[in-house]
Amino acid sequence: MDITDLKLKAVQIRMDVLKMIHRAKAGHTGGSLSNADILTALYYRVMKVDPRRPDWDERDRFILSKGHSVESLWCILADRGFFPREELATFSQFGTRLIGHPNNKVPGVEMNTGALGHGLSIAVGMALAAKRDGKAYRVFCLMGDGEQAEGSVWEAAMAGAHYRLDNLVGIIDRNGLQISGSTEDVMSLEPLAGKWQTFGWHVVEVDGHDIEALVRTFEAAPETPGKPTLVIAHTVKGRGVSFAENEAGWHHRVPNDEELDQALEELRAQAERLKREKEAAAT
Amino acid sequence: MTHGIPNRQVICETLMELAATDRDIMVLASDSRGSAAMAPFARAYPDRFVETGIAEQNIVGIAAGLAHSGKKPFVTSPACFLSMRSIEQIKVDVAYSNTNVKLIGISGGISYGALGMSHHSLQDIAVMRAIPNLSVILPADRHETKRMTKALVNHTGGVYVRIGRNPVADVYESESDGDFVIGEAVTLRDGGDLTIIAAGETVRVALDAAELLRRRGISCRVLNMHTIKPLDEEAVLRAARETGAVITVEEHSIHGGLGAAVAEVVVQHFPVPMRIVGIPDEPAVAGKTAEVFRHYGITAENLAGMAERLIRSGNGA
Repeated sequence: MDITDLKLKAVQIRMDVLKMIHRAKAGHTGGSLSNADILTALYYRVMKVDPRRPDWDERDRFILSKGHSVESLWCILADRGFFPREELATFSQFGTRLIGHPNNKVPGVEMNTGALGHGLSIAVGMALAAKRDGKAYRVFCLMGDGEQAEGSVWEAAMAGAHYRLDNLVGIIDRNGLQISGSTEDVMSLEPLAGKWQTFGWHVVEVDGHDIEALVRTFEAAPETPGKPTLVIAHTVKGRGVSFAENEAGWHHRVPNDEELDQALEELRAQAERLKREKEAAAT
Repeated sequence: MTHGIPNRQVICETLMELAATDRDIMVLASDSRGSAAMAPFARAYPDRFVETGIAEQNIVGIAAGLAHSGKKPFVTSPACFLSMRSIEQIKVDVAYSNTNVKLIGISGGISYGALGMSHHSLQDIAVMRAIPNLSVILPADRHETKRMTKALVNHTGGVYVRIGRNPVADVYESESDGDFVIGEAVTLRDGGDLTIIAAGETVRVALDAAELLRRRGISCRVLNMHTIKPLDEEAVLRAARETGAVITVEEHSIHGGLGAAVAEVVVQHFPVPMRIVGIPDEPAVAGKTAEVFRHYGITAENLAGMAERLIRSGNGA
């Protein structure tokens, strides 16, 4: 998929996310909009995955450590054909497997997450297994920035560097907000890049909504052989919907009918603009 | 008891033996390869050994990731830390995600007698038992530990095992003296007047109590409930029905452990007089295992006396 198609795909995913959350009257709107471009880059371009063989031995592994922003993952897995799109209507409903956190009963989900600070340790285990077995797959782990306050993240950070896991890519969705407000007010993280560098990781900072830059960064890893890569993806919580952008209140707020209409209208306009750009480039 | 071989050493030797033909077996330690007696495995199979440093949350997460990739990881770490510091990783990454991780809690119970409550693990069974999709096993002696280790390698799923630090008196004569099936209690001694149900290091105490009772004309059944979860409910109910009284004895808090598991079955399906012997709800006293056991009445003499009173009064008063 070329870059413009990826951008269009990310807009479609945002629309799917909002419709799904609105229908279910539950969900983490802000985080699922902030990570949509990262997940689109991974699932439509960077990662080796095969929806017909979700357990394919050579697949790249993805762990959503910030499990609460699962809505964009559900929409992407459905769109890629891991399960039928119609099932998205069951999100958060009684007895569904599409719950509010990743659930490994769903094809394409590796591990159950939801408790913060677990994912990177699991990813270290998977990357270590690949190294010991001489396998070529890579492991991607998406964390939240609020999650960085969990001590277990830093246990895993030490182990990733110690075992020289250059097949491991940690990503931080750096939207700067958590439930209570700004990450820097709740528990300051900065200098975040410096912390990870000191822990022995190759750190790259990137605009987390610039799909071209994300693809380039993920495909270039590892830039330092023997070091795991940490990508700080600077994002905007609620990205793509004007009234939700940078509002901590949209962490798990559900759009009402009017808000959904306005959001979809904004996203349709973004899609139209991208299509015009694509046509202009083709002529 | 003169053999001098602790159960942790038996686990290491058995895993080394099996690892010769099973390349998926891995051992993880949290700066605990010495206390877990796993240094020989680390030397023999450096590519199948993972050191995580003192990081009990991380060790369980890494093990889950290894298991997800087809490995058979054995996490060896002191029971006091593994069962408390890592409990959320055990609940989510092992039990909920359904990964094939074996959690070996070493130096469990009051093995670290003089080191205080921080190093005692007397709540671990209660906590593990409440987590769905996780088995809980306490082997009785070195021979059963060997059989258990072989069974664990062939068992897919999360298991918490608790063993002590020091050698324990033999219950079985040899490795081939008995079978080991996860979830099946072993009747070590039959009897009709009451049943003592024990697990781990208290099995020997229960057998000695039964022998004292025999001399006093009381026929005592002894069940080795090596698997506390899933509990062999049939064996418990048979004991209640056929012997009419039950005493449990465990190296654990009297809350939520073996006694509670047995009582949940007895009280709902066949109520009979019952006594739960273990460590009371307090920071356990310091001392060697035998001293602490004596202090809390985990002795053959105390169990025998309790059994006599229970049978005589019908309610143990």
